[in-house]
Amino acid sequence: MIRFEHTRKLYDGAAAIRELNLDIQQGELLVLLGPSGSGKSTVLKMVNRMVSHDGGHIFFNGQDINSFNVQDLRRRMGYAIQSVGLFPHRTVAQNIATVPKLLGWDAHRVQARVYELLKLLALDPEPYASRYPHQLSGGQQQRVGVARAMAADPDVLLMDEPFGALDPVTRAALQLTLKTIHRATGKTILFVTHDIDEALLLATRIVLLNQGRIAQVGTPLELLQQPANDFVADFLGRADLGLKQLSLRTIAPHIQAIEGTEPIHAIAHTATLREAISQMAALHVSTLCVTDAAGTLLGQVRAADLLENQHA
Amino acid sequence: MRHAPKPSYWANPLVWSVAALLLLAYGLPYSQPLFAALFPALPRPVYLQEPMATLMWQHTGLVLLSSALAVTIATLAGLATTTETGRAFKPLMETLAAMGQTFPPVAILAVAVPAVGFGELPALIALSIFGMLPVLQGTLAGIASVPSPVLDSARAMGMRPRQILAEVQMPLAFPLWLAGVRTSVVVNIGTAAIASTVGAKTLGLPIIVGLSGFNTAYVLQGAMMVGLLAIAADLAFDRLAVVLQAHGTSAVKDQA
Amino acid sequence: MPASLVQRCNPVLALYLALAMGAAWGLPFLRVSPNRLLSGEPIYLWDVLLQQGSPMVFVLVLDIAALLCIAVWQPKGRTTQAWVVLAMAAGLAGIWLLASHFATSATQVENPFSRTALGAGFWALCAMAWMIALDAIDRLQLTALRRLLVQGALLLPLLLSLNEGQYLSIAKEYANQSDIFVPAILRHLLIVWLAVVPAVVIGLLLAWRMTKTRRLRQALFPVLNVIQTIPSIALFGLLMAPLAWIAVQLPALGHAGISGVGIAPAVIALFMYALLPIVRSALAGLGQVPADAVHAARAMGMSSRQLLWQVELPLALPALLIGLRTAFVQTTGLAAVSALVGAGGLGQIMFDGLFSAANELVILGVIPIVLLAMLADTFFKVLSSLINTRPQ
Repeated sequence: MIRFEHTRKLYDGAAAIRELNLDIQQGELLVLLGPSGSGKSTVLKMVNRMVSHDGGHIFFNGQDINSFNVQDLRRRMGYAIQSVGLFPHRTVAQNIATVPKLLGWDAHRVQARVYELLKLLALDPEPYASRYPHQLSGGQQQRVGVARAMAADPDVLLMDEPFGALDPVTRAALQLTLKTIHRATGKTILFVTHDIDEALLLATRIVLLNQGRIAQVGTPLELLQQPANDFVADFLGRADLGLKQLSLRTIAPHIQAIEGTEPIHAIAHTATLREAISQMAALHVSTLCVTDAAGTLLGQVRAADLLENQHA
Repeated sequence: MRHAPKPSYWANPLVWSVAALLLLAYGLPYSQPLFAALFPALPRPVYLQEPMATLMWQHTGLVLLSSALAVTIATLAGLATTTETGRAFKPLMETLAAMGQTFPPVAILAVAVPAVGFGELPALIALSIFGMLPVLQGTLAGIASVPSPVLDSARAMGMRPRQILAEVQMPLAFPLWLAGVRTSVVVNIGTAAIASTVGAKTLGLPIIVGLSGFNTAYVLQGAMMVGLLAIAADLAFDRLAVVLQAHGTSAVKDQA
Repeated sequence: MPASLVQRCNPVLALYLALAMGAAWGLPFLRVSPNRLLSGEPIYLWDVLLQQGSPMVFVLVLDIAALLCIAVWQPKGRTTQAWVVLAMAAGLAGIWLLASHFATSATQVENPFSRTALGAGFWALCAMAWMIALDAIDRLQLTALRRLLVQGALLLPLLLSLNEGQYLSIAKEYANQSDIFVPAILRHLLIVWLAVVPAVVIGLLLAWRMTKTRRLRQALFPVLNVIQTIPSIALFGLLMAPLAWIAVQLPALGHAGISGVGIAPAVIALFMYALLPIVRSALAGLGQVPADAVHAARAMGMSSRQLLWQVELPLALPALLIGLRTAFVQTTGLAAVSALVGAGGLGQIMFDGLFSAANELVILGVIPIVLLAMLADTFFKVLSSLINTRPQ
């Protein structure tokens, strides 16, 4: 869907992006990860031509992005930024309706879409549609920002550290919402962040950038299990690599039949390995019962199996 | 949205100042006994050479005309700095706008006379030119006050530059722009009074005549008219700002 | 204009050049009259150049024109901009010298009573030269102090050659008025200082009190705003009657110089005008003192007075300087109007010129007022930038 070929970008003579070659597939949630100054925001902004690239090519659906009319191109991409940038003089509904109106949708369709998106982002349409941005909290503003980005059903969503300015609780809620939306709509999402945990949680694939170059591309598990070099390992938290891997897998494959005495404490079958190990450490046990959503006993898990990756 | 209880008309200072203004303008000929009592030494305590009301309307007319010119030109010039070609002229505009705060308006009035002579014309020219500066300042400040995330979002959504100007920048720049227009009009009311020294027939005439003839009563009457007119204009803008705020954007910022 | 063209050239300079050409062609450079009573005949720049005759001058003019044309296409070259600045310094002096020599020859050679007045073309060309120089200095991107120095240096050749213009009518007018000129400047400055200094003292006090008492703030602010709205001439006029009455009731004050006319209504009105910017900026400054700093200071055991002097004032200083700048600049300009109520000063010279249709006199009055205002503005700007070493 989006392809970078030998893309370069110079700022004041210094290379900000060097030799970028990347192929982004439809439907994936690609996270651009990296430290400050690694060029991840620049890469994102090159896609919708907010920043122009100096060398190489960028293709959108097979067509060079420079061949599009820039406004038409941008109307096919959603854009959400950390400071949100809602129009302070317009209501929430009017903000969300911006691109659909630019595209000439009729009033009914616009209204329906606004309500649909507000519900999707867990904002009750009735009170919120006619509120102004300054009447909303930071988290609510960002929800509206995401809704606005998605309003015209764009081909791709570009998100530049959208949750960076929010408190941890709101951030977690929004990350979950985004993950759900991605699963439900199958949209291609390009997401920039410097937060490793956020990347590991959301990404189907991660692109780790360092000083304008790709350090590694792969699924979160690939990066954790086989870091390509020291930079990658250090960035992902060398000492925690193992624990981070555990948070990417669930306990389901490791459930066994109960032998001997039934363990006292239980854990849900949807828990990750990390949660299970953490529970065991907190309760000073090495086995836990596994229950499903209804509370039915499914079996047990043992610490040794989880750590040694032994399946039932 | 709950509305505050409507204030009674009589409590409104704007109404009072306009009422006082009209009273003084039209009632001056009848106030002979009052001023005679206040200024017993003066043989002619009330300015009757020209009807005060006529002077008031001429004054208002001069201010409105020059302000219309000034606002139009300055706003267009200020908005033009947002375009590609206009951007190069932005430092020049900023310098001009800043000059409006150092330059005394009398200076332009004085310089206009050698150029075009006496009468209403130098007044009009000087008022228009000087009136442009606060409006330019207000326009530039207003445009600068639009937060850059908002501009970035607008660009990224695919709005054309003209759409961004009309739908985002202008509405958000409005409060500061209005403050500039307000300053321009109120200052022009004062300068139009001084323009009487160069032959314009405005409310400054009683003051000038009074000063040269040592008639403090004339001076007082003229000064009261000018003062009331300026206060009324300022209050009118205040009201306008409040009314527009109630109807429109909720992002209007207060001007101290 | 397509965007790329705008980026490759300097449209501002192009505009200035076009205006300067228009002024040189269409506006009279000088006005010559055989004596004081008759109005002047317009003389254009080319006439003057031809009359002066020397080929050097022509070469110089052509060089400058060529340089400027080249500079239009080099918006970013630092050397070009430096050359432009030099050229404009020379240009300013050159225009003055051209006019001066013409006047000298007209007076000495032809007619000792002839008056050579500076025409609209002269002023326009000077203004254009100044603006071109400012634009070039802008593009050099210097620090604030260096920029000021360069702007000053720009005027140096002109100032050095001022004497050459002694036969221009403006110089003759100055010679006529020279004995009242300096006293007028001093009087003007006196009025400004008499008004602003008390305004600073009382304004700061009021502001400090207003930070403590909300009611005082709510009561006083509207009053100050109303005063600021009333035009200066009206306030002078409104004060005249009461002051005259006071002078009659208390003759001692009258003898001391306080009466309805003169310096008293001027200073009192200007004092009242100066209060608002000072109070407003002091409030803003004191208001933005970080609460943490105050907290920490109190925790260290500072008294209210120590807190004020050691913590609040230093942190409020930048905002305060802005208010002081406004107060001084505004008062300098308004003091010009106070001449109408007999306060004297540079405004007196200006109005004398207006009333007697002596254009030179008007200019002799206006230029110092503008220069004083700009001087005050620059002084406080420099002061502010020196103080703003700490990050906001």
